[in-house]
Amino acid sequence: MAIEAKTPKIEIVDVHKQFAVPGGERQVVDGVSFEVNRGEFVAVIGPSGCGKSTLFNIMAGLEEPTSGELKVDGADAIGVRENVAYMPQKDLLFPWRTIAENCALGLEVQGVWKLEARKRARDLFATFGLSGFEDSHPFELSGGMRQRAALLRTVVQGRDILLLDEPFGALDSLTRIEMQNWLQGVWAKHEWTAVMITHDIREAIYLADRVIVLSARPTSVRLNVEIDLPRPRELSVITSPEFAAIEEQLIETLHEESRKALELQGTLL
Amino acid sequence: MTAVPAQDEKPIPETAHLRRARRPRLPSWVGLALPPLLISLGILAAWQIIVDHFELRAQILPSPIRIVTAGWSQADIIWGHALATLQVTAVGFTAALVVAWIIAVAVDFSPWLRRGIMPLLVASQTIPVIAIAPLMIIWFGFGLLPKVIVVALVTFFPVTVGLIEGFAKTDREAGALLSSMGAGRWKLFRYARLPSALPSFFTALRISIVYAVTGAIFSEYVGAKSGLGIYMSMQKNAFRTDLVLAAVAVTAVVSITLYLSTFLVERLVIPWASKERRARRGH
Repeated sequence: MAIEAKTPKIEIVDVHKQFAVPGGERQVVDGVSFEVNRGEFVAVIGPSGCGKSTLFNIMAGLEEPTSGELKVDGADAIGVRENVAYMPQKDLLFPWRTIAENCALGLEVQGVWKLEARKRARDLFATFGLSGFEDSHPFELSGGMRQRAALLRTVVQGRDILLLDEPFGALDSLTRIEMQNWLQGVWAKHEWTAVMITHDIREAIYLADRVIVLSARPTSVRLNVEIDLPRPRELSVITSPEFAAIEEQLIETLHEESRKALELQGTLL
Repeated sequence: MTAVPAQDEKPIPETAHLRRARRPRLPSWVGLALPPLLISLGILAAWQIIVDHFELRAQILPSPIRIVTAGWSQADIIWGHALATLQVTAVGFTAALVVAWIIAVAVDFSPWLRRGIMPLLVASQTIPVIAIAPLMIIWFGFGLLPKVIVVALVTFFPVTVGLIEGFAKTDREAGALLSSMGAGRWKLFRYARLPSALPSFFTALRISIVYAVTGAIFSEYVGAKSGLGIYMSMQKNAFRTDLVLAAVAVTAVVSITLYLSTFLVERLVIPWASKERRARRGH
């Protein structure tokens, strides 16, 4: 039992991914390894086009790595989709479905009876600040609410791991801060294991237990930083010296990698 | 002198703006229907005046009033022919819809079929209907079948293309999302591709239903027992230009009614689409 409790929720060991391109192969992921513990919130951050999405697709079971291991609860999870619920960058709420129907989509696809699926989704509406909007259509909601609905649709699937791909990337900065604050509060009450891709360094530090910085393509782990800030985190934590120290470290590493990414593009052009 | 009108002009746009804002808004259909009705009335009035003024012979150009009175005197006969045309249109168009759905769904599931069928679809549209319609009568006689084939041939193409393009309009990331939820190709179709395609389908439906009526009349024109097409052909041979135009007017009314009814069906089948359009326009 003791050993099992220590088994990480997700283990990624030396994952490589190559794509065939005209005139050869392109190395996109180059030996990425990290672990995510049960109930941990990990933020993954890296320069644009570094291969984060490929890594995510591998974790979601949508793509298979060229080599390397992916384990969930110690078992091989390559190509397995049942472990994770995925939240894409766009909310992708279908205009022909009401919010409750949209949120129940994942359950319905998995074969849960329609009314039961919608009931399970409805039960979470209060938590997600969407009460009263069950029967609205997506185009009647604000950007922040749509994003919360997309997160509800992810969470309600009841899967062990949440993969969030820049969940707040499309929001204006005020709404984004509000959403981060809200998510942080909801997180404190639930033991969800989550991996989030983001471009926003502050968002990563504020929300995550650990931040992983990826290098420019072909990507590997440059930095794996534990965020020791106490929870629940107030918004004011952003101005604390501890926060600033981590931020500085991350910014420096990221800038270095972004420069490399730009040089790489320069040589390709 | 120059300064005075400039000062006078200034408040005018403001009050005009206020007056515009306060004016009670008419129901939207009045706003939509009024301009075309007024223009049509204007054209008809000009037509009547020209015919009266130049005393044109009714065989050459009958006046609108003459068309209406002549048409009214034959109302029962025209109505019978209109029903026959409606039947051809309905059966032919239904056949076209069935064929279009089968082809479009098959093509959506198989890229191989798509490459194989698309050129044939385009080729089918290069067949001149004017040449094929008389042949249909030679092959299939004067009954319903040749006319249904002509109508279907004219209308299945826009619906098929509308559907295929509608399926293709589905957000690509929706595929990844549904896939991560565990959906296969069929569920992807049912949950995302099919509903995504419905607005395009209704647009195509609107275009092709007007073609359907024209196609039916054309197929009747070359030979039929009844229908507005054969009626027009007979009246033309009798130099009853007024009755030909009366039948044309009935055709127009039928086409417009069918066209408008597609909006009604669309609202019933996909009520969300019009709501979304209105929301986007900012109401």
